[in-house]
Formats: sequence, C-alpha cells, structure tokens
Amino acid sequence: MNSLLNTGRPPVFCPGCSHERVTKALDKALSNMGISGDKAVIVTDIGCSGLFDTFFNTHAFHGIHGRALTYAAGIKMAKPDLNVIVTMGDGGLGIGGAHLLAACRRNLHLTLLILNNFNFGMTGGQFSVTTPPEAQVGSGFLNRLEKPLDVCDIARSAGAPYVLRCSSYSSNLPDELEKAVRFNGFSLIDIWGICSGRYTKRNKLTPQIIDETLAGLSSCSGIMEENKRKEYGHSYQELSSKLKKVAPPGGIRAEFIFPESDRQEVMILGSAGQRIITSGDILCFAGLTAGLNVTQKNDYNITVLRGPSISEIILSPDDIGYSGIEKPSVIIALAQEGVDRRRYVFSDLDESTLIIRAAGVDIPESRTTMLDVDFKTRGIKSQDWALVSLALLAKIKKVINIDMLNAALKLVFRETVLDSALELVKRVEI
Amino acid sequence: MSLSLMEGNEAVAWGAMASGCGFFAGYPITPATTIFNTLLRIMPPAGGICLQGEDEIASIGYCIGASMAGLKSMTATSGPGISLYSEQISFAVGSEIPLVIVNVQRLGPSTGSATRGADGDINFMRWGNSGGLPVIVLAPVDIKDCFVLTMHAFNLAEEFRCPVFLASNKEIAMTKESINLDAVEKPRIIDRIQSKEENFLPFAVKEGSMVPEFLPIGSKTLVRQTSSTHGEDGYITTDSGIISQFQNRLKNKLESAIDSFSFHDSFIEENADTLIITYGVTGRAAKVVINEQKKAGRPVSLLILKTLWPVPENLIREQAKNAKNVLVFEMNMGQYVHEIERILPDKKVKFFGQMDGRLITPRQIMEAISNE
Repeated sequence: MNSLLNTGRPPVFCPGCSHERVTKALDKALSNMGISGDKAVIVTDIGCSGLFDTFFNTHAFHGIHGRALTYAAGIKMAKPDLNVIVTMGDGGLGIGGAHLLAACRRNLHLTLLILNNFNFGMTGGQFSVTTPPEAQVGSGFLNRLEKPLDVCDIARSAGAPYVLRCSSYSSNLPDELEKAVRFNGFSLIDIWGICSGRYTKRNKLTPQIIDETLAGLSSCSGIMEENKRKEYGHSYQELSSKLKKVAPPGGIRAEFIFPESDRQEVMILGSAGQRIITSGDILCFAGLTAGLNVTQKNDYNITVLRGPSISEIILSPDDIGYSGIEKPSVIIALAQEGVDRRRYVFSDLDESTLIIRAAGVDIPESRTTMLDVDFKTRGIKSQDWALVSLALLAKIKKVINIDMLNAALKLVFRETVLDSALELVKRVEI
Repeated sequence: MSLSLMEGNEAVAWGAMASGCGFFAGYPITPATTIFNTLLRIMPPAGGICLQGEDEIASIGYCIGASMAGLKSMTATSGPGISLYSEQISFAVGSEIPLVIVNVQRLGPSTGSATRGADGDINFMRWGNSGGLPVIVLAPVDIKDCFVLTMHAFNLAEEFRCPVFLASNKEIAMTKESINLDAVEKPRIIDRIQSKEENFLPFAVKEGSMVPEFLPIGSKTLVRQTSSTHGEDGYITTDSGIISQFQNRLKNKLESAIDSFSFHDSFIEENADTLIITYGVTGRAAKVVINEQKKAGRPVSLLILKTLWPVPENLIREQAKNAKNVLVFEMNMGQYVHEIERILPDKKVKFFGQMDGRLITPRQIMEAISNE
C-alpha cells in the first residue's frame, strides 16, 4: 500500500522535533493496514500537533484547541465505518479534559494520539498539564507550583479500554499505532516526545531519559482488561433499533360544545403534590375536545413535592394572543403558598371572577364570588382537590361541562387511575 | 380538525424531525431541556442520533462534526450555554458549517433566573462570535412558529452553510398550546448542494453563487475542514487578497439574500401614525392591542419581525414608510431598538422595555401608545 503522506505539503516541524517521527509512523501504520485516504479522517486541534491533518492525504478536520474529541465523536457517530484518528498535544489535553474523560467513559471507536512534549511549543514554551515541576519553561516559576498529571492513569480510571504509553523514538511505534487504530473502541496513546524548538533549549531530555522515565511509571501497554466492553456506536444502534417509532401528536377531535362564549382564564393555585399541573393538562385537553384554542403556563419550584405549584390556563374560541392572565374568570385556590405567589392579582378582580377556595386558605380582600369547599370534611384527599374543583366547574357549566371533563380524563389517564378519576367526578356534588 | 397540546420546545423538536434532522446533541438546561427530552424520545427510533454531551462545548462540537459528515444537526441551550458555545459558533461561521442552534432565552445576566423568560440575548447571538461576521437569527412568536421557523432554520442553514439561531424564549418554549399540526403550512425542504466536481475544492464557489458546494467528511473525494483562515482548498492561507474575498463572501452571502428570508407578520393600518415594532412573545400582546385600537377607531400599525439578523432593512423601511412614530417593544433593556433607530433616522423612535421575568402586557403597550 502506498504512503498517505501529502507530498505537496511535507512536514514543517523544527529540526529535531519528534513529531516528525510520529507523522511517519502513523503513515506506516495506515499503509500497513491498507487504509485508503478516503477511509480515514485525521482530526486535530491547535498547536504543533494541529499540523498533522495537513501532512496526510486523508479527510481532514482541524478545529478549536482542546475540542478535537468532540468533532471526532460527531463524525464517528455519523460515519461509523470511517477510521477516526485524533491528534492532540499536552496543551489540548489540558483544555479538553472533560472531553477526554467523556471519550474514555463512552468508548466510541476513536484513536487518540497525545503528542506529549511537556510544554506549549507554539506559543513559546509555557507549561502544560504534563510539565515536570523542576523544568525551566516559559511560565516562570508557575510550573513549580503544580503537579503534572499522568494521562494514562486518568484514562484508565475513566474507563478507557485501550491505553498505552510509549516514546516517539520506539522502534515499534508503527505497530503500536496500528494496534490502537484497529482496536474496536476508544484507544489512547500517550506518546512522549522532544520539543527541540523550546523544551530542550533549557531542559535535558533524550530518548534514553524518556525510556527510563516511562519504565518507572505504571504499566499501560494497550488493552485494559478491566475496561473491556462493547463499542459505543454499536451499542447505540443496538438499543435504539429496539425502540418503537413515535407518531407525531394529534388526533384529538372537537366533539363537544363550549359552555361559554368567549375567552376564559383559569388559575389553579396550590402546592406541590396536589396534581396542579395535571389538572391544568386536563383542563386544556377538555378545551381541545370542544375545539378551543388553549394555552397553559405552569410555575413551580425546582424541588419535588415542596413549594407552590401554579397552573394558568386560557381557553378561547378565538386565537389566543397574549398568553398571560390579567382577569381570570376562575381561580381555584387550594394552598396558601400558591395564593401568596399570585397575591397581586386579587385586588383588581370583581364579582365576575369565581373563586373556589379550600377551607383554611386565606385570600386577599377582593369583590369576587366565593365558593368555599371543605375538601377534608368531604373526605377528599389533597391530591384530588384540583380535579374535584374541575368537576365542580363542570357541574355548574362554568368554563367546561361534564362531557368535556370526562373526555379529557380519558386522554390523560389510563386503566385504574382513569376509573377512579371518573368515579370521583361522578360523585361530586355542589 | 385534529388538535394536540404541546410546548413550544416540543414543537421545535417535531419541526426538526420534519426538516430531516439526523443529529442532535445538547446539555440539559432550563428552559431548553424539553427539546432534548422530546428528541431523545422520538429521534433514535426513527434512525437519528441524539446525544447528551459532557458539557455545552462538547454538545455543539458533536453537532459540528456530524454536520460536516453530512447530517443535518441541531443543538439547544439557553443564554449560559450560548456563552459556552461561542468559540464553536465562530468556527461554524468561518468554516461554513450548517447548524441550527436553539436559544431558549431566560432572564439574565449569567445564571440569572432559570424559569423566567426574557429576550436578553438578541445582540449576543448576533455579535457573540469572534470576527463579527453575520449569523441568521429567527424569532418565533408562538408554538406554530416554533415548528415552522425551525424548519426554515434548517433550510437556511443548508442553503447558506451557516449557523442559524432560533431565538425562543421560556414564555413560548415552556408554554403549552393547542396546535393542529396537519393544518400547518410547511416549507419545502432544502438540502445542501452536493458537489459533483471532479476536482473538488471544499471552499470554492461557482460563478454566480456565494455558497460553496458540499461533500461530507468520509465521502469518496477527500474533504478538508478547518477553523483557520483558509483558501478554496481548505489549507491555511496568509494571502490578504484571498482572505479579503473570503471575509466579504461570508458577509455578503447572508446580507445580500436577506430579502428572501425576511419573515414577519405585519398589520399596517392606512390611517395610523404609529407603528409598533416588536418580536417574539411580545408580538402576541401587541396584536391584542392593535385589534382593540382598531375597534375603538384609533388604528395603530404593527410589525412583528421573525427574522432579526441579518436586519431586514428593506422590509422595515417599507413597512414604516407611512408611520410618524415608531414604538419598539422588547423583553430586554433596549437592544434591537438601536437597529430600528439606525434604519429609520427620520422617524421618532421610542423604546419600551422590561426585563424582570414578566411578560409585557397589552395594558402596558396601550399606555405607551396613549402617551404618543
């Protein structure tokens, strides 16, 4: 198989830079595998490692520093048969830490080559996440204060199933690259190298020192048995192919007559656990069964089963313009905290507003029409107060009627829940 | 009539499906989360891919990769997420990557209020990229717009190869509303033009066109994609002549075509001196007001803009030509009004804004008009 090196754009690294060795080794690996240029993409980010994509006659994707793994994941999900090879320096590694962890955990079939040369070469040799504290680099004393990280240990503990440390000067680098590219899952090679342009100007680092240092580190020689598992893309296909197709929503037919002639605004003011939002849904669906336009806005705290819960519903035979409520025709006041959050609405109301008030709820002074209901004495559980209030409205043909309510219940509930809701509505008396 | 009840966010999700969206990635954030929830439910069973990224930067990065590999892609977030998207948006602008970005705006600045609406990111969406080149921003008014404008957003992203924002708002996104999807008039679907050139150059444009034809990463022909300043071949260039041509093309490909996608609703009254200009959910309150004013024999005109960027200058001039006073209403402290002032230097332009989590009410609009 022929070389994939781009003869029109030969490598332009500084003399003595180990990146050139990795470039050639990668070419050899791809050639040995018989991969043609159109079956591979090299994804890079910024810095000297970011030049890699230009040296190869493959697909090329050059993006923002530290984010190469994000593009690679999107490409691989879209084109599962493509060999996706990502190069990154120790700079991109530091910036894209979250993406590295995600790639290890996800196990999508990508190959990440970290061209680790212990400093930011392109910007003047500043310290990176792998710079030893004793090194003299372009960040003054700052690297003396921080502990360098071991990306192989991190990748391993983050779940990467293939992790390898090696030297740019290793004679079997092409074979190691080939094994990693072939591995069906996320593979990472931490390739130690020499930045002749910056790092070794002030620090002693030789191929021999690299070998000696690597020998003293924990063993990461490829497959990580404890992390072996199915490749993400395959698993994704497998799980999603079992899912049932979802039809677009619709299908509610208008069959009942709206008992009102114009826009009706309803506020249900309660607390979490009183099925306020569900009752708002029911009221909306009731409106749909009469062919009405409806809107529903809900207001509740992010906590579950604590705090006020409010549903504001508009039912109208005309288009609903403004979706806020200024003059409700009905307020269902079931809990103090709900009423308190809408305190400002009451002062402007008159007798045309009906308030259904649960016993014990204090309402600001207003001229509204009041219907007091002692739900507790009636033996109704708190979670049913809102539904019973809707049943009361239906019985007096205010906003909805009983046909609309029952039809809505059938749209919202199923089986035993539906039966008990229908039964509850039936039993309600004024 | 076949009605359903859904949130604006659900309508965006179904609009994406109707547009042929094949890839979504997002990170949960109120009030945008239900777009992700809905797509996760409906997209994978239909053969699409829906991912939850490790953060916002990753989510949009996945979309960029998938888009350049040929899938129509969308992401959704709110203001704090747009901040994180910024570097990737710049990439999508400069490298002509088709992408739909839904910004369900919430009250800012910063973390702000997760469950309160605002239109506070209008200028941020336009100017929040390095280089300052134009993007497209569409603003829905209601649930129907959430569906239809999402489809237009995909079409525009494909046609012009650029990021397109849908500037939604919590007040539309999380409000449930009745809709008859069967009765909604849907735009014809547009797909990016696949190149048939033997000597494909990823950023070359044909005579008479300002948008490069496309081939996906992974096609038989090799494709180069880069975030760096590049020539037609996708390799870095330092040639200022090529750079200048390229920057001008990125600007002109959108700005010169704006008349073809100046979406709006307008209600121009012949004898009205006053024109209301607004956008987003505030358009609903404004419509109530002009209807009441008409009934009362004091007609007022209304222009609801649904394309905000690039600024539809010809449309605004045309609609405002008979107006003496122009009132701009925004759910922010005054952003788009500056564009209106710039375009209509001979009109008396007044601004009314509110950014406290509440909707601008018809009553407030009425008061502002009666002060004219």
